[in-house]
Amino acid sequence: MWEILQDNALLLLVGQYPNGPMGGLVATLGLAALSLILAIPCSLLLALGRVSPYKVFYYPASLVVYVVRGLPLLMFIFWAYFFVPLIIGRPVAGVTTMVVALVVYESAYLAEIIRAGIEALPRGQYEAGRALGLSYGATMRKVILPQALVNMVPSMLSQFISTVKETSLAYVIGVQELTYAANQINSVLLVKPLEVFTLLALTYFVLNMILSAGVVAVERSITRRRSARRVPATEVVIP
Amino acid sequence: MNYHLDFSVLLQPQYQSMLVQGLVLTLLLTALAWSIGFGMGTVLALVRLTGSRTADASISLYVAFHRNVPMMVHILFWYFGVPEILPDSISGWLNENWGEFYLAAVAIGLVTAAYVCEDLRSAVRSIPEGQMEASRALGLGYLAAMSKVILPQAFRIAIPPLVNQTLLLFKNTSLAMVIGVAELTASGREVENLTFRTFEAYAVVTIVYLCISFLLMWGGATLSRRFGLTGRH
Repeated sequence: MWEILQDNALLLLVGQYPNGPMGGLVATLGLAALSLILAIPCSLLLALGRVSPYKVFYYPASLVVYVVRGLPLLMFIFWAYFFVPLIIGRPVAGVTTMVVALVVYESAYLAEIIRAGIEALPRGQYEAGRALGLSYGATMRKVILPQALVNMVPSMLSQFISTVKETSLAYVIGVQELTYAANQINSVLLVKPLEVFTLLALTYFVLNMILSAGVVAVERSITRRRSARRVPATEVVIP
Repeated sequence: MNYHLDFSVLLQPQYQSMLVQGLVLTLLLTALAWSIGFGMGTVLALVRLTGSRTADASISLYVAFHRNVPMMVHILFWYFGVPEILPDSISGWLNENWGEFYLAAVAIGLVTAAYVCEDLRSAVRSIPEGQMEASRALGLGYLAAMSKVILPQAFRIAIPPLVNQTLLLFKNTSLAMVIGVAELTASGREVENLTFRTFEAYAVVTIVYLCISFLLMWGGATLSRRFGLTGRH
């Protein structure tokens, strides 16, 4: 297994690059990061719809979330494969297809995370905002979202780990990422599938363990910041 | 976008039967993987809750490994890697008898087991310890106390996450198509290849998936309304 890693480290790390598209581990991380970043604005809109008191926003947003939760990611990939070229009017690369599918899929899951964050805030925050004369939109923008989004950072980072795992499906449509690279190695070596796929599994394992450790660190620092900012009860002076 | 919808093609008997067989295979795969996942997940949770240090360390490694590696990779590992170390008689049998179906079920089941183990463990932890102590004081053994007192409550507390795992498992059976299991997604692709009616083929598959998923969500909501418990609050 060690020999396979030594011989193919570069392929696993960057794929065919610079003689071809960027691939391997870098492509896996890039694909996940790009999809998640693009999914954030979409999920914010969906989440606002999900907590909205207005039925025109609530019902469509809920429909989208439930439909996405009910379908396999693979179906979104195939739909994107079919629809994106039809809409744009020209063939697109596999990476584009994968990013579109992931953005749609992740938006729904992220929206539920953001919604949970908004609903976890005490209702008094919203009521106080409205009582001070802020409109619904201003209350959301200036009072609710800044607090909810900071609380949500750890969950969003865990969603990044899920996304990294989901990018492995890009291999089905021939996007050159980590799983694709391992399959390439496997088809060259032919007789060592156990070693190759163990190596692949260990790569994902180590990568995601490091990312989880990062999530825990971020979570701790947010908790620390928040408890540091809290004013001790004895210092509160009542005039 | 000039695309004329024509669902009538899919009503031809050969395509219809492909889609139905795909659905049957998806349901069979879901059932088998579910049994493996929930059976093994329960056993893992029971063993981990004994408090033995080696058990705790090895099971937490199992859980971490299965949660951090994509299910796709597990499926490829089981399909390409594992038959190599199995005795020839077993791998020969697998080659002749739908091996990819069983290997996919094992891969999906083992990943689900890791999640089920964690869900059950946190449900058990939300049950007051006095219950275990009372059962032991009444003379029940560890297994009897677990199976008669603790687990029935833990399952009821864990209904929402367990239903969610079931839904995810059902959706994830679509990944079995990469190793050639002709389940619903694969048969949709096959029909699309044969008829070139991409939209129609995908639409049918999508609607079937949605119906079953909504049925699972609705069933889960009903279950937790009827039998749900909230644990220690």
